[in-house]
Amino acid sequence: MATLDQTDVKDGVDQDTVDAVAALSGAYKYGWETEIEMDYAPKGVNTDIVKLISSKNEEPLWMTDWRLDAFARWEKLDEPTWAMVNYPDIDFQDIYYYARPKSMAVKPKSLDDVDPKLLATYAKLGIPLKEQAILAGVEGADMPPAEGRKVAVDAVFDSVSVGTTFQVELKKAGVIFCSISEAIREYPDLVKKYLGTVVPASDNFYATLNSAVFSDGSFVYIPPGVRCPMELSTYFRINAENTGQFERTLIIADKGSYVSYLEGCTAPKRDVAQLHAAVVEIIVEEDAEVKYSTVQNWYPGDENGNGGIYNFVTKRADCRGARAKVSWTQVETGSAVTWKYPSCILRGDDSQGEFYSIAIANNMQQADTGTKMIHLGKRTKSRIVSKGISAGKAQNTYRGLVSMHPKAKESRNYTQCDSLLIGSNCGAHTVPYIEVKNNSSRVEHEATTSKVDDEQLFYCRSRGMNEEEAVALVVNGFIKDVLQELPMEFAMEAQALVAISLEGSVG
Amino acid sequence: MAVAKLKSDATEARLAGLTLPAGLDTARKDALSRLIATGLPHKRDEYWKYTDPASLTQADAPQAALFHNDEGPMFDAIDRVKIVFVDGVFDADASDDLAADGVTITRLSDVADADIHWATELYGTLEARGQTPVERPLAALNSAFASDGVLIHATGKASKPINLIYLHGDTGSDVMLHSLVKVDAGAEVTLLETGPAAARFNSVLEVDVASKGAFHHVRSQGRDHERRAVTHCFARIEDEALFKSFTLTVNGKLTRNECIIEMLGDDAVAHVAGACVGDGNDFHHDDTVFITHDALNGESRQVFKKVLRNGAVGVFQGKILVKAGAQKTDGYQISQSLLLDEDSQFLAKPELEIYADDVACSHGSTSGAIDEDALFYLQSRGVPRQAATDLLTLAFLAESLEEIADEALADDLRERLEGWMARRG
Repeated sequence: MATLDQTDVKDGVDQDTVDAVAALSGAYKYGWETEIEMDYAPKGVNTDIVKLISSKNEEPLWMTDWRLDAFARWEKLDEPTWAMVNYPDIDFQDIYYYARPKSMAVKPKSLDDVDPKLLATYAKLGIPLKEQAILAGVEGADMPPAEGRKVAVDAVFDSVSVGTTFQVELKKAGVIFCSISEAIREYPDLVKKYLGTVVPASDNFYATLNSAVFSDGSFVYIPPGVRCPMELSTYFRINAENTGQFERTLIIADKGSYVSYLEGCTAPKRDVAQLHAAVVEIIVEEDAEVKYSTVQNWYPGDENGNGGIYNFVTKRADCRGARAKVSWTQVETGSAVTWKYPSCILRGDDSQGEFYSIAIANNMQQADTGTKMIHLGKRTKSRIVSKGISAGKAQNTYRGLVSMHPKAKESRNYTQCDSLLIGSNCGAHTVPYIEVKNNSSRVEHEATTSKVDDEQLFYCRSRGMNEEEAVALVVNGFIKDVLQELPMEFAMEAQALVAISLEGSVG
Repeated sequence: MAVAKLKSDATEARLAGLTLPAGLDTARKDALSRLIATGLPHKRDEYWKYTDPASLTQADAPQAALFHNDEGPMFDAIDRVKIVFVDGVFDADASDDLAADGVTITRLSDVADADIHWATELYGTLEARGQTPVERPLAALNSAFASDGVLIHATGKASKPINLIYLHGDTGSDVMLHSLVKVDAGAEVTLLETGPAAARFNSVLEVDVASKGAFHHVRSQGRDHERRAVTHCFARIEDEALFKSFTLTVNGKLTRNECIIEMLGDDAVAHVAGACVGDGNDFHHDDTVFITHDALNGESRQVFKKVLRNGAVGVFQGKILVKAGAQKTDGYQISQSLLLDEDSQFLAKPELEIYADDVACSHGSTSGAIDEDALFYLQSRGVPRQAATDLLTLAFLAESLEEIADEALADDLRERLEGWMARRG
């Protein structure tokens, strides 16, 4: 990679920040490939491929029809061009839409039956598919079980889920956690009730394509009043060449429930770009809360912009009931091109949405990411904190919408988005949309780091700090605020990010 | 594509019956090709997301009733060169001699007979540059068909401001005026624009400010409730030059004011500000600003304040583009709305696009109701609620009025605002 050591960094940008960005976006650790025999569907997409994917997953007819309907819509849609990203035209007929390890032809009965090569792959990624407590960043599965913390994992490899841990224990609590293909077979009523109700099949070009060809993904149902006894996670691994990964995640938090969900993803280094077009739908009922955290670490391509993942993702949460709460936290370091706007529909009165994002783009990476906060209910609250860092020749865009509908009386939004440029060959952009249609709501958008809270400063000063120390503490405290939203499992990434300060931000 | 077809049809309908006026033939023909290439704007265009351009693009101007104003003319106490247009037609009797020290003034319609070299060179040039990265077809329409306007060449410090007074006397008038301002190195001029101009007014102003030159622009868009206007100000400013523009808008069914500034020289300064007071659900006001920093150490400010009630809609689209190499840029942008009741709307898109690392750009945008605590404080001191609301409203607008360099001009605007509020209460 292009070393940032040679970049002429302007005064005021903290050296630790430059080092941390270099480390985070440096040599890609997950670029190796698992040699494993695969079954492919023929290249390209058409109604036969859609039917094939549906039949591979042994889906009921209604699901096949739903997919076909989406496919028919997709054929009439044009690829969106409004994002500030540039990439060569994608030949949608030159992609494998379904790739499954041969050893997965017969579904393993339990994790013990899973192909050792697949288990070894996840172990090497630091995601042991064993039912034991795991700690963040612990390499291999040979560590002794840690105290109490458990994380259930659904592991998706190319087009299929290879296994889900802790299913039995979760079931005792009433929690359903399985692959979406399994959910369609085992819990068709739940899937039918919720699938496509947050992100409709007609939503946008990539979501519509996903609706037609998604091959697997994760499904979560937390029953009323249940606090999920452990954190849930999905780990997406793209391995096969020339394949696209289209996964679908559906999370339902019923009344008064709580779940924290983590998502990780990596892919091998290749010279040719690969497409990843996922859809995540979250339904949050009355008094329920969902925390969704992502560390997006897809292969970003090399320093000349060859290869990497095109990450075109639609993520949306619908706070349907009163006092529902959803929180998106994302750390975006990977992907050649990112097009991703995790959003919150705040329908229930007093519901809350949060979006915390750190997006780091280096070399030739392009990120266009942000959020939408749609305030429909009364006294709804949203908070957006976005930090974008560009280095090398990267382009990093924050794009967001805050919409206060006429009936969303007395609602609040606070947005802060800061950008930092390291070197003079990159770009940082901010495209916020603010729509206020009632006057009892308050919307505040700002994008400067120079404006540090006076009261906090005064407090620090009154404790004997000089102004500079006080400002540093407040600014760093703010970054840490975001990082604290990351669950334990991402402690390693968080630790690396702590070194980043937004001092020297351009706005 | 369906939208492209709608746009080309609308363009064809609009152009039917229009003929290119005499003079500036090449520039007008070029502008017409620019318009035909893009077509007139449509509400599905991203740049028109918050403002429906239909009434600005339709073939015939919608009718607009006249507003009977019993106030005296704006800036009457200020010594100025008055140039009067009634529904876009020059009124020689009502106008002063087109002369002042430090400046030469000509009418656009005279350019066909006279060889005004600088005007031929400038006409349509900045408008054409302003078509990328965003299309501005209504400006191209204007460059092609503008019937008149004023050419101002400042060669020194102009001895007095030049006031374009736009009167509206015909409920169906459809007017396009195009003016040019060229400020030579070290020269300075102030341009005032006042009045509603027409039932539908399409105005383009191209301003070229050379090194160390200064251009001041103060505008008040007239009080006719039903008028519609789309205005474009294209400016190019060189090193150490100053550009300052302020607009007050209080009425009008639809107003779209675009300001496009290119800062091409080092240490240049550009300030654009606006105050808008909108009342009623047929009031729609849109400020669209695009500032490009393409030189070192530039300073730009955008300060826009909107007070809205009874279903009024306020729009702000502001952008700061810092090109690679435009180091030490200081860009500031603030857009704020005060919504006085439940029905009004504020729609904003404050954008930054930055390709240089050693810059400071900030943008802020807020929207909300009047501060109840402040209102309570004033009432507890014996100020009646309506007066207190007016006081807080004026205080809210003050930051934008402070962008006017000339105190006498600012005071005149302030007094009028106070008067309008007092009468409305």
